[in-house]
Amino acid sequence: MDIPRHWRLNKQRYALTGEVCPHCNAKIFPPRDVCPECGDEAKTEFEFSGKGEIYSFTDIYNAPEGFEETIPYTVALVKLDEGPLVTAQLTDIGDQNVEIGMPVEMITRKIRSDGDERGLLVYGYKFRPLVTA
Amino acid sequence: MENKIKAKMMKPSRPVGIIGYGAYVPRYRLPASEVSRIWRGGLQLEPIQEKSVPGIDEDVVTMSVEASRNALMRADIDSQEIRAVWVGSESHPYAVKPSSTIVAEALGITPYTQAADFEFACKAGSEAIVAAMALVGSKMGNYALAVGMDTAQGKPGDALEYTAAAGGAAFIIGPANESLAEIEGVLSYVTDTPDFWRRENQKYPEHGGRFTGQPAYFKHIVNSVTGLLAELETTPEDYDFVVFHQPNTKFPKRVAKDLGFSASQFKTGLLSPRIGNTYAGSSLIGLTAVLDQAKSGNRILMASFGSGAGSDAISFKVTDQILERRSKALTTEDYLNRRTQIDYAEYVRMRGKITLK
Ligand SMILES: [Zn+2]
Repeated sequence: MDIPRHWRLNKQRYALTGEVCPHCNAKIFPPRDVCPECGDEAKTEFEFSGKGEIYSFTDIYNAPEGFEETIPYTVALVKLDEGPLVTAQLTDIGDQNVEIGMPVEMITRKIRSDGDERGLLVYGYKFRPLVTA
Repeated sequence: MENKIKAKMMKPSRPVGIIGYGAYVPRYRLPASEVSRIWRGGLQLEPIQEKSVPGIDEDVVTMSVEASRNALMRADIDSQEIRAVWVGSESHPYAVKPSSTIVAEALGITPYTQAADFEFACKAGSEAIVAAMALVGSKMGNYALAVGMDTAQGKPGDALEYTAAAGGAAFIIGPANESLAEIEGVLSYVTDTPDFWRRENQKYPEHGGRFTGQPAYFKHIVNSVTGLLAELETTPEDYDFVVFHQPNTKFPKRVAKDLGFSASQFKTGLLSPRIGNTYAGSSLIGLTAVLDQAKSGNRILMASFGSGAGSDAISFKVTDQILERRSKALTTEDYLNRRTQIDYAEYVRMRGKITLK
C-alpha cells in the first residue's frame, strides 16, 4: 500500500475522519470524495464527534479469521450524530444490555492481529456505551 | 549533605506547567479475594481491594490514546501544535515499533513531532513529564505530551498478581501562563538498585522480595522529596495534596507518614486500593485524581518511583484556570465508577493466558 493512502486510511480508522460536502453540507463517512446526497465532489476533511446511537445490532458467535479470540461480540450499525451510518464492533459492554437507541461513543481499540503473534497489530474504531460524568 | 542536594533541583528558565491532563482506567475489576481464592485457598492477606483489568482489545496504545484525548480536550489547543509525544510504559505492545507514533497519529499530531517510548519501570511516565518540561522550558516547542500507562502482568499466583493493574494518565505540558498547574521544580534521585526486573523475552518480572521496600521504594522517594522540599524551602505543611507511587496500599501510606504528611493530604490521590498498581501510570493517575479536586492556589507534591531504581519528585501550584479546564473531559472518578467485576476465569481469558493454538 502506498504511504499517502495508508496514512489517510489511518486517520479514518483512528479518528473517524470523513468528509463534508461543500455544496450541501452533508457529512460523509467513510470518505469517498463524492457526495452521496447531491453527487458533487466532496473532498473537505471533517472529523466526526464520535458520538451516536445504536441503529441495529447483531451478536457474533462464529467469528471470521483473525477475530476468534474475542467471540462472542456484538456488531452494530451506529447512526452518528452528524448523520452517517457506520458498521463497527461494540466493546466494553460489561453488564449493560445493548438496545436500539442506546447512546454510544467511538474509541480506538485493537481490531485484530495481522496473522499470528508476530504480525502487525491493527488499531481502529469501535463503539462503547457512552461514559457519562 | 544539604549543600550537595541544593544544586540538584531542576527547573527550566522558561516557567512551564500542565495545560491539560487526562486519566484512563479500563472497565473491569478483579477483586484480590479472587486471586487468593485460586492460589491460597482464600487465606492470604490481600494488599488491595481490587485491581483494574484491561479488556481483550486494550493495550498501552489504546489506553494512551484515550487518556491523551482527554488531556487534549482540557488543553483546548490544536493538536498540530504539540511538538513531542513521549509514552512511558513497561508494557508497550511492540518490542520494536513505538507506541508513541500510533498515539501521535490518532491525535492528529503527526508528522512534525518528536515521538519516542520511555522505559524506566514505574518511573517511565514521570521521566516523560520531565523531558516535556525541558522541551517546553527551552522553547524548542510550546507543547509536549507525556504519558505514563501500563497493562502490568504478574506471574499467576505470585504476590504481584494481586496488584499488577492497568491504567494511567496523560499530560500536556506548556508555558506556565497557560497552565492549570505551574511546575515549581523537579528533583530526581536515581541509583543502580536490583529490586525488580524483567529480562528481554520474559513474560513476567522477577523481584527481590523484601529488597523492594527499604533500599528501593523508601530510600529513593525519601531522598527525592526531602531534597526537593529543602531546595524549594517548603515543608509538608505547605502542601494541600501529596501523591506517591502506589504498588500497594501500605507503602504510600508509610512513606507519607515517614515524610511528615497526613491522611488528609494523601487520601485523594491514593487509588491503589481501588485499581491496584498501574506501574508507570500509578503516581500520574493519582495526580489526575487530585487535579479533579484541587482549588486555585493549592500546592501538590508528586513523587514517582521506578525499580532499578529512581524517584522523581515534582512540586505543582494550581492556577485559576483549573475550574474551567477540569469540566472539559471525564474525571478520574468517572472512570473508577465505570466498574464491572470479573472472576478469575474471565480475568485469565482477558489477559491472554488462554491460547487458542
Ligand atoms: Zn452534497
